[in-house]
Amino acid sequence: MTPLLAVENLRITFPTRNGPSEVVRGVSFTLGRERLGIVGESGSGKSQTGRALLGLTPPPGIATADRLEFDGIDLRNASAATWRKLRGIRISMVMQDPKYSLNPVMTVGRQIVEAYRTQKGGARNAARDAAMAMLEAVQIRDPERVFNAYPHELSGGMGQRAMIAMMLITEPDLLIADEPTSALDVTVQLEVLAILDRLVTDRGMGLIFISHDLRLVSTFCDRVLVMYAGRIVEEVKATELARAQHPYTKGLYTCLPRIEGGNRPLKTLQRDAGWAL
Amino acid sequence: MPLIEVQDLAVTFGSRANRVHAVRGVSLAVNDGESFGIVGESGSGKSTVLRAICGLAATTSGTIRIDGQTLTTPRPAAFYRRVQMVFQDPYASLHPRHTVDRVLSEPLAIHGLSDAEARIEKVLQEVGLGTGYRFRYPHQLSGGQRQRVAIARALILEPRILLLDEPTSALDASIQAEVLNLLDRLRAERGLTYILVSHDLSVVSHMCNRLMVMQFGQKVEDLTRADLQSHRATMAYTNALLTASAGYSRSETQP
Repeated sequence: MTPLLAVENLRITFPTRNGPSEVVRGVSFTLGRERLGIVGESGSGKSQTGRALLGLTPPPGIATADRLEFDGIDLRNASAATWRKLRGIRISMVMQDPKYSLNPVMTVGRQIVEAYRTQKGGARNAARDAAMAMLEAVQIRDPERVFNAYPHELSGGMGQRAMIAMMLITEPDLLIADEPTSALDVTVQLEVLAILDRLVTDRGMGLIFISHDLRLVSTFCDRVLVMYAGRIVEEVKATELARAQHPYTKGLYTCLPRIEGGNRPLKTLQRDAGWAL
Repeated sequence: MPLIEVQDLAVTFGSRANRVHAVRGVSLAVNDGESFGIVGESGSGKSTVLRAICGLAATTSGTIRIDGQTLTTPRPAAFYRRVQMVFQDPYASLHPRHTVDRVLSEPLAIHGLSDAEARIEKVLQEVGLGTGYRFRYPHQLSGGQRQRVAIARALILEPRILLLDEPTSALDASIQAEVLNLLDRLRAERGLTYILVSHDLSVVSHMCNRLMVMQFGQKVEDLTRADLQSHRATMAYTNALLTASAGYSRSETQP
């Protein structure tokens, strides 16, 4: 079976005053209908990798790859028309902060209906019913209120769920979630993850889960890519993250404080210049 | 006698219809040399308790005593030589156009302390930065280095009490470990008293020997570190937090 997504030798460069700076340097992976985690520290290139998959590398950055294929479609030189057919419809992205990624002057309901009708057309009433059903599916108890609310009237957790509803109403095959739960409280975080989890198991969606939280990723994903300085330094099965081989992965894992204690002082990460080569 | 004593603290913001009761009757007592944690979700009022102690939020009712003395508003200058605060986001709490040197000289000038030169060099050594960073601007520093500068700014007045408002939540895990180790070492060396606010139970468990769980502006439960480590919490909310901090569990969340 061909993978849902294949990436080979993805490179992203930004021009700077001191010459081009490569922030993603030769990233390759394939994704099936599974939960793939990408972890790394800030500046490791994980978010840029996610954005490049949707052709959203912010200018003046340039993304190149030997192969960038989604379901047999070459994304490297995709036309604007091709992107329109993919973005938000077959590939969706959930961003980190609902405050900045929802339209502040449109009600949540109108935004969801707009997403639905762009793809499926149809009557306004049908779209409204679908939006209501979707809001219920993401565990919003009072969909009527949320439907008619503006983003500022919702809490962070609600806003994030509304955004997930909007991204999922088009039933995408691939969802890129860039720190979807970092702005949320721990208890809400787990509810949101359960929603994503159900979509992968029930609908066979592919999920790329970008996060800096190693503990969360190790319990949620199937497979994890560890990025450091724009490269994948290690790929591990999520359940085996505690037994990872690369010193960077090990370092990231052991520097976390634990409730059970017993690691005082905390081990700090000793960086090796060789990792970045 | 406890060093910090807060009784029935209430803080409300806004007026009439828009009134928000951020803190509703919270009491706590922290002994000298102790490290006390406050845990809760966003909006639970945990940061407001800290801000009320150091005078950044006006208290509606209740009393705050330090060393047995009831605090007055506005706080006298002497108060800030004993109590200093470190904020959550080092990207927002340092003036972008002030060098590290200027950031550190200002509290010395305000409190009329002499020997600025020696004090700045000493405090930079203590937070592990060294004098090489003295004339840099915040944008030339990493997040962890900025938080060290923020800690240095608090320490330069040689306070006895540090109020730490999510000191590591804006930092990467590896940097968090360094900053937590630094705070741990400083407390041991100087005998400081901490009140640490965090949403992360593992950070609080690592740093504090006693803690309080807050929700909706009220205290839910008092716990010791041993209680937390052996998951001996009595309230459902605390248990929910404990379960959540262990990570995602497929068996529990799926019907």
